[in-house]
Amino acid sequence: MKQYDVVMIGGGHNGLVTACYLQRAGLDVIVLEKNAWVGGAATSRELTPGFLYSNCSYVCSLFRPEIMRDLELPKHGLQVISYEGGAVFTRDGDYLASYRDHDSHRREFARFSKRDAEAYDRYARDVTRQCRFIQPLLMRTAPDPFSFKPRDLQEMLYLAKKFGDFSPSEMAATLRFWTMSISDFLDEYFETDVVKAYLALSGIIGTALGPMSPGTAYVLLHHYMGEVDGSVGAWGYARGGMGAVTSALASSFKASGGTIRTGADVAKIMTHRGKATGAVLADGEEVLGKLVVSNADVKRTFLKLVDESALPERFVHRVRHFKMRGSSGKLNIALDSLPEFPALPSGSSCIRGDLHFTDTIERMERGYDDWKAGHWSTDPFVDMMIPTTLDPTMAPPGKHFVSCFVQYCPPKVEGNDWTDADRDAFAETVIKQISDYSPGFRERILHMEVRTPREIEQEVGLTEGNIFQGELTFDQLLFNRPVPGYAQYRSPVRGLYICGSSTHPGGGVMGAPGRNAAAEILRDLRHTPSHMSSAHDVI
Amino acid sequence: MMHLTALRRAEQGHILTPRLETPFHDRLAALSETNDWYSWAGYKAPHSIFDTELEYFAIRSTAALFDISPMVKYRIRGTDAARYLNRLTVRDVTKLGIGRVHYTAWCDDHGHVLDDGTLFRLAADDFRLCCQERHLPWLLDSSGGFSVEISEETAEIAAVALQGPTAFAVLEAAGFDGIETLKPFQLAEFPHAEGSVTISRTGFTGDLGYELFASANAALSLWDRLWAAGSGFGLKAIGYDALNRARIEAGFIVANADFITAEAALRADRERLPDEIGLDWLVDPEKPYFNGRDAILRARAKGTLKHLLVGLEIEGNIPAEGAIVYHRGKKEVGLVTAAIWSPLAKRNIAIATLSRPFGASVTDNLWVEIYAMRELQYQKLMKRARVVPRPFVKLDRRSATPPGRF
Repeated sequence: MKQYDVVMIGGGHNGLVTACYLQRAGLDVIVLEKNAWVGGAATSRELTPGFLYSNCSYVCSLFRPEIMRDLELPKHGLQVISYEGGAVFTRDGDYLASYRDHDSHRREFARFSKRDAEAYDRYARDVTRQCRFIQPLLMRTAPDPFSFKPRDLQEMLYLAKKFGDFSPSEMAATLRFWTMSISDFLDEYFETDVVKAYLALSGIIGTALGPMSPGTAYVLLHHYMGEVDGSVGAWGYARGGMGAVTSALASSFKASGGTIRTGADVAKIMTHRGKATGAVLADGEEVLGKLVVSNADVKRTFLKLVDESALPERFVHRVRHFKMRGSSGKLNIALDSLPEFPALPSGSSCIRGDLHFTDTIERMERGYDDWKAGHWSTDPFVDMMIPTTLDPTMAPPGKHFVSCFVQYCPPKVEGNDWTDADRDAFAETVIKQISDYSPGFRERILHMEVRTPREIEQEVGLTEGNIFQGELTFDQLLFNRPVPGYAQYRSPVRGLYICGSSTHPGGGVMGAPGRNAAAEILRDLRHTPSHMSSAHDVI
Repeated sequence: MMHLTALRRAEQGHILTPRLETPFHDRLAALSETNDWYSWAGYKAPHSIFDTELEYFAIRSTAALFDISPMVKYRIRGTDAARYLNRLTVRDVTKLGIGRVHYTAWCDDHGHVLDDGTLFRLAADDFRLCCQERHLPWLLDSSGGFSVEISEETAEIAAVALQGPTAFAVLEAAGFDGIETLKPFQLAEFPHAEGSVTISRTGFTGDLGYELFASANAALSLWDRLWAAGSGFGLKAIGYDALNRARIEAGFIVANADFITAEAALRADRERLPDEIGLDWLVDPEKPYFNGRDAILRARAKGTLKHLLVGLEIEGNIPAEGAIVYHRGKKEVGLVTAAIWSPLAKRNIAIATLSRPFGASVTDNLWVEIYAMRELQYQKLMKRARVVPRPFVKLDRRSATPPGRF
């Protein structure tokens, strides 16, 4: 039977990134994907004729440009387009828009508060300072503080030095930033509810915490670290939907000789005397590999795919307690025509950006209260986007694809499994909220895909439907992600690696975990990865 | 509440004109031959009106009108206004008489300069602060415990600078009676149309000159009054490029061009104490507590000042804009932030930031490396630089009272 050099479990974006780098290093890699398509949570699927949905993730900014270049993704069809603006609708019939032009942005804030308008620059400055600290850490393996290996000591020193470059007041600001709530953080700059609600969203997306929960300020930072062509903090659409990212990766992988098997659902990771030897598919077929890499989340990998008996007790304990709670859902909608928002002036650029309907932090927090009670938010937070306003490839002319990210949405409904009736009621809550601001929205719907944590887990394999493969709170970052002592993409099983968003630096379609995992694997193979760029300088 | 919403909604359309027009725009646009506009804090402002070279000579030989309306203006009123501003800024406000103006700066708690600007004392309890950057949150946060009212009035107040040797003659011809008694840094109110205009003997050119402030709706009639009076005195409208030459000759610095303001700095090491950007003379250690005081005095006492802003005279005639400054032609010690060939001084001048002790105790053997692009090739020049006092140009007519007519 053929033995591959590497068996990759799961064809999500990180799995494909790792697979690409390893294949390009001369290894023989096979990617096993349970679905009939690759992409994981970065997919574009045609569920109704003529429409492409970005089924899960829906905007692109975090994906590292170094990876795009190394793996020649532009040649394989990847294009990322910057988009402008967006708006939060207020309940009094107004809106707060976000404009790319600096002075327009200030004047828009000034409609609500002159003070907030002039506070924005200092806010942006402070957040950018934090980003500049974190950004260089994304493409480096987190050091193991328990290790005395020269490389770990060197990396600890690097961290300490970077931190040491701060003035005492910057150090204090950084520690506060990593631990405080986004609500408290914003209170230090702004006075207007809608301004704070607009800025708070990045602090809660994909996170089972409310805007008043400590730790959410860091989540905001995680969403600021992206860039589009050097414009830090900017977001863009992948042309053709987020599937364009993974189809470019798959194409790059195949072009360098890699093998992808779709419809190959891995049931078990085989181990022999503490070493991984391959994977067993659901139909019993064995795929052998000298190394096994799992793109699945840390819980799925070590609590489902690996025999617990092959793992140390404390490790399993830690994995079991790794926080990976489902908090969000998604509606993908095909529309007959562009929705109308009477509050927006005609021709407003806002419709080409993200649209929200939650105008206070308190409403967000109440939405979180519903989640805690085991129910989806009755007044949900919706991040709605219409990529077809800029991308002509996703819907027939004049028709539109609408992506609605919805929070909060629990992994179980009042302790019970989701039913189809629950799912439909959840969708109705969202459609109703949108319709309050966009009359006739419902009548324009041609087709709709509703995804609760149940659907996300079933299809994509993310435990509880958590989009980040584990929450981005400070207790689960750097050398604590996913498990202290195992934050360097290795595991207690020799020859078994993990490369998904459960690992440093975490979730989002960033590719950095996959790239860093490939670097560690190649290091173990004593292979110098000359085809892997180091992180771009932050100057 | 609904009233507020209606007010807010009425402002939605601002996005249709991301570049606002100043109250003088109609006149500037009519005069503009070059149609060469840039964005000054979100307002359409001219780089030039007809010819930068000739506009510069209008400043130095006749008179020039320069629209300064986009300058950020704050109004500070109240019984504690003077005490508040004395805590906020580094200079002693109690020494600023009613009807006087002074140049000043303000700092964060670490003594890093937030901005520089001019403070106008319009009445005992009424001040206007003019500056480059926006500071409303800082001004409001600093006002705790003071009985003051702070408002931002950039859009409401039109402002224009009238600068040059015939500036006084223009005002006199325009009928501003009593203008001849105005001394440098003095201001007075004069009737105009149904209201009034505040005229101060201030400017950014180092020449004889005035700045005029009026409500935005009086802007065009004020312009017309000056323009009509100026016809016999060579009055020209000018853009920023010409003004910039004059301000370099006068040795004035521009925030976020010659130094980075503390709230704008992404890199902490770019922040500057007043002494590091040539503003040490503003700081009054004898006055009551002001923000940044302890940090500034500690740095002075411990000798931990890192930088120094200096005037340089550079051999030759090629402007050294953006050039690196070297000691002995090898060690990098600073950067030129502004440079021109000065037509008035007939010298090649520059403003530069140096790392101490260079420029302070070590002033010999300084060089600048100039990359002059000539027909797609860099001519690399290493030129000797000498630290010289600012202003580079000192004009007696600037301070003569009564002022001359040309």
